[in-house]
This record gives sequence, C-alpha cells and structure tokens, in this order.
Amino acid sequence: MTRRIEWVHAWLLLLPAMVFLFTFTHLPAVRTIIDSFFSTARGRRKSVFVGLENYQQLIDDPTFWKVLANNLWFALGTIPTSIAIALVMALWVNEKLAGRSFIRMAYFTPTVLPLIAVANIWLFFYTPGFGLFDQIATGLFDTGQHNFLGNPDTALAAVMVVTVWKEAGFFMIFYLAALQTIPPSLLEAARVEGAGRWTIFWRVVFPLLMPTTLFVSVNAVINSFRLVDHLFILTGGGPNNASSLLLFYIYETAFRFWDTAYAATLTVVLLVMLSLLAIGQFFLFDRKVHYK
Amino acid sequence: MIHASAIDRFLNTFGSWALALLWGLPLAFAIWTAIHPAEFEANFELLAPLTTVNFVKAWEAAPFARYFLNTFILVTLILACQFFLGTLAAFAFARFQFPGRGILFGLVLLQLLVMPDILIVENYQTMRFFNLVDTIPAIALPYIASGFGIFLLRQTFMTVPKELDEAARLEGASTLGLLWRVYVPLAKPTYLAYGLVSVSHHWNNFLWPLIITNSVETRPVTVGLSVFASTDSGTEWSVINAATLMTSAPLLIGFLLFQRQFVQSFMRAGIK
Repeated sequence: MTRRIEWVHAWLLLLPAMVFLFTFTHLPAVRTIIDSFFSTARGRRKSVFVGLENYQQLIDDPTFWKVLANNLWFALGTIPTSIAIALVMALWVNEKLAGRSFIRMAYFTPTVLPLIAVANIWLFFYTPGFGLFDQIATGLFDTGQHNFLGNPDTALAAVMVVTVWKEAGFFMIFYLAALQTIPPSLLEAARVEGAGRWTIFWRVVFPLLMPTTLFVSVNAVINSFRLVDHLFILTGGGPNNASSLLLFYIYETAFRFWDTAYAATLTVVLLVMLSLLAIGQFFLFDRKVHYK
Repeated sequence: MIHASAIDRFLNTFGSWALALLWGLPLAFAIWTAIHPAEFEANFELLAPLTTVNFVKAWEAAPFARYFLNTFILVTLILACQFFLGTLAAFAFARFQFPGRGILFGLVLLQLLVMPDILIVENYQTMRFFNLVDTIPAIALPYIASGFGIFLLRQTFMTVPKELDEAARLEGASTLGLLWRVYVPLAKPTYLAYGLVSVSHHWNNFLWPLIITNSVETRPVTVGLSVFASTDSGTEWSVINAATLMTSAPLLIGFLLFQRQFVQSFMRAGIK
C-alpha cells in the first residue's frame, strides 16, 4: 500500500516537467517526422499525404546537398581546432604562470558574449577596405582589399574562425576541471621516473583527459548543428549558399518561403544526424567514459 | 635541468600571453571604436578624445530600454520555471522507486541531444495553435522543462546523505517539506551554477526569439540588436559597436565581477 503511495507521489512530482518536455520536445520531434510525409497547406489547398515526395524533392535539391556539405566542413573545421586550442589554453591556465587570472579572463570572455554580438564585432573586422584584417594585410603586404565574407571561397572559413574564437574558451573550462582532478602524486611519480614534460603529457595527462575530450566532442558536434546565429549577421548564408548551414536553411525554408512540410523534411535529416551521434556515442564511447 | 625548465617556463608564459592578447583583440577593438568619435574608427591614436556620444546615439535610435526589460522578464521567467519544474522532477528521479523510472529518465536525457533549438518549425505551429505568437511566454515555454537542469539537480540530490532524509521523515516531514527543508538548501551551489549557465544562455539566445517575436514589446535585446544593426545601413560602425557592447554589458560586467563563480559554475555544470 505504501509503495503505491510512493509511486503516485513520484508521478505527481514528475508530471509538470514531463508535460512541458513532451509538448515542446518529444511531440514536436514525432510530428516533424509525420509532417515530412504531407504537403504544405497553402491558402485553400489543404495539407495532403504525399508519401515520399518531400524526400524526392530533398534528393533533387542541390541547395540541400550544398548546406549538408557545408555543415560537414564546418564541423570538421571547427571541432578539432577549437578542442586543440581549448586543451592548450587549459594547460596554460592550469600552470602558475604570471598573470594567470588575466589570461583566463581573456580566453573565457567570448563565451559570455551573445553570438549575435560576437558576429557584429567580427563583421567590422572583416569589412573590406578599412576592417582590421585589411588594414593589417595592406600594412604588411600591400595586397589591396579582401572581401572575406562576400567571396564564396572564403565565406565559410571566415564564419568558422568566429566560431572557434567563441567556443574554445568554453571547452577550456571542461579541460580545466578535468586537469584539477589529476592527482599531483601521479605526475610527481612520472617525473621521478625521468619522464619529460612531453612524455608526461602524451602518456599520462592526455589519456586521463580522454573522457573530457569525448564529452567536449559530443557537445561540439551538437553545437555545430545548433548554432547559426552568427550567419544572420555575417553572411546571411551567402554568397549563393556558400556559408549556409542546415539549421539556417531550415529557418529560411520555414520562415522565408513558408514551406513548412519541406522544412520538416529537412529537420528529419537533422534528427537523423543527431541520432547517429547518439548511437555512435553509445557504442563507441560509453564503455570508456564515466559520467558520475 | 634548471635552465631547461626556465626556458620552458618562459616559452609557456610568452605563448599564453600571445594567445590571450589575440583572443582579447576583437573585444578590445569593439570597445575602442565605441568610446571614440567615428573618425578614430580605424585610426589608433593613443590620445584620441574619449566620448560617450556613440552610446547615447544607439540608446536613442532604438527602444533598447524596452528590449532590456523584455530580456529581463524572459530570463527571470525561464529561470523560475526551470528551478521549480526541475527540482520536483529531479527529486522524483533521485529518491523514488516507481514504474517507468528508467524510460522517463531516458526521455529527459534525450533533450540533451534533441534540443528545442532545432524544433523551430513544429514549435512555431504549437505556439500559433495556442495563440501565443509574439508573446514573451512563447519565447520561454520550450525551455522551461530542461533535461540538463533535471539531470544536474538529480545528481546533486543523490549525494544528500540518506540519514538526513530519514531523520526528517521520522520527525514527520511531508514529501514536499522534506524536499524544501533538506534537499533544496543542500543543493544551493548547484542552483547557483545552473542559474548562471541558464541566464547567460537565454540572455544570448537568438534564433527562436527571432522567429516567435515581431514587435518591440516582446523582442529581447539580441533580436533588437540584430534589427538595429541591419535595418539602417547608414548607421556608423562606432554606434553599432556601442549598441553591441551595451547588449552584452550586463553579462560581461557580471562576469568580470564574479569571474571565479562564473568559471566554477560552468565547470560544475559541465563535469557532473
């Protein structure tokens, strides 16, 4: 009898949170999949079941393949770079170097700025002619004007630089937390054995940081699909979709062209990517990583 | 040996400072243009005259006071609801045995992966269905049940000693009394950590507020800033940079004042 009461108490405690979770996360995710099999309602034409028509459109849509490839390059370009920089930052901040708190502040500050504000600041950097980059380039090499954001070859790279700047300090925090849990006696023992700094890092510190690296990687992959705010300011996805990412394309499809069915289909692709990430994480990493 | 380590130390100090200066450069540059007259935008003279005129111009050119109020209401609303819903749910997961526990907890964790941020299409339709488009609650609703918050609080509640729990029960505390008098006070550092992370996250959030709002009365500062920076192409850079700094200032100042707590909060929120 008392067990039943405990059950009811637990369910009542969970109820409010679960209602909101289902309404705004689980149901929308399921409805996204259902909607991808229907057409968009327009005016008096009602939404009807169209089977795989939206998916056929997806396969034939060069813009979709373009933004998917962009997203892949974006992930490959930003994730390893920001993780490597974050690790170096954490190693430095963890040591008792002169001016440590100033250095930590400089590394971490971009994390608290809104991405939209960050984009504004960098837009000024990139401005052809009198932006800081062109001023430095002109001063050093006299190369004339560069339009980094307006050139299809450099637009995505320019956006990636901004992303790395914003994210590295955030990831540094996790490494810093992990570094502080490594027992000093372990490093001392390695030193007594005659191991150099380089050996200690690769043989002792880096393996111990592995769970953190995996945790940060998963977060970074999610962020590479989720963060598109800066595109609105920097490039608007252009020129000619050269810097557009999947979520930005979903936004455009749904809220500029009002084709919600196709936007739902694109969202399904995003959900599939995230599911693959989850499966990969479960099979590859879960054995080795322990979240306390 | 000692020499080698001295060189090593010097190189590390030098490298860390070089990177710190590089990392600080964009912000320093934005501050420079914002506090100097427009003609010093790209002209770095040490003795250039200081001015606040850019901030005044930005403040007068767009309803930033209203935007700040909206953001303030928004982050307060989200945080209060997240604390309330998260505390109840976390307590159930931490200290109750009941059918469906594993599955429900799995569904909570799923939100760490499938965030409301990417479900913009369907969530917009939900808001239209409830007739909530262009309201502040509509910006907040998808975020108030936070899988991350529930997870974080559950981890903390599980560390509360069973003896304390039992002692309070023996004294006749009800379930909610127990939660309020024993668990919540012991989890204060987690609330602080989670609160800082949540406030800074939702202060900075942009895409969903952009979609769901379309009037001055509901727009948060991030959306207000983007509208301000994009509508008027004739606006000077120094004014845009002043507006940019203004919108980031509360968080930035808070961060500088409570740097240690901020960093530790993010650490605490991350490693659990």
